[in-house]
Amino acid sequence: MNLQLSHFTAAALFALFASIVFGITQRTGVREQVRYGLYCFVMFVGGVFVAGWVMWFLRR
Amino acid sequence: MAKTSEKVAAPPLTMMSVVAPAAGWLIPGAGHLIQKRWGRGLLLMVSVVTMFVLGLMMQGRIYHPNGGDILDILGFVGDVGAGGLYIVTVVKDWGQGAIAQATADYGTKYLIVAGLLNFISVADAYHIAIGKKP
Repeated sequence: MNLQLSHFTAAALFALFASIVFGITQRTGVREQVRYGLYCFVMFVGGVFVAGWVMWFLRR
Repeated sequence: MAKTSEKVAAPPLTMMSVVAPAAGWLIPGAGHLIQKRWGRGLLLMVSVVTMFVLGLMMQGRIYHPNGGDILDILGFVGDVGAGGLYIVTVVKDWGQGAIAQATADYGTKYLIVAGLLNFISVADAYHIAIGKKP
């Protein structure tokens, strides 16, 4: 099977799975794990947007 | 000046502190499951396995043991973290990589990161086994 994802989908899925693992392994309580997982996800996806805009400005 | 030479006690070597990391490496999430951390174990398993399978489906490349380029060696170290998934992939001769496809490079990174994330979950299973983490 050949799966072809867009850049953004690949980055978003990457962020989702990495955030789940980071949240579970880096914090102890359930509440802290969820909060840290969400924080990591927002930072990953936010980083994608920032990097995208930086590349857009560099290209101009 | 007073000398503070407090020795940190070594964690007790129990059967679980050996079996849990080994099981977690071989089957992602199993280190947590055998310690009855069902929710955490299942989430880790789903995350690592899905990421690895997506990497293969994107035609990612699996690294084999090598002594060449440093990036190839690091790629192998990352891949081997996936444990049983890596072994099955090598035995079945999957993960040859498709150079012509742009998404295949994403697939290669997915495979490496799935292994690295499994290393983190193995360390977490060990910490639970020695009582450092609830």
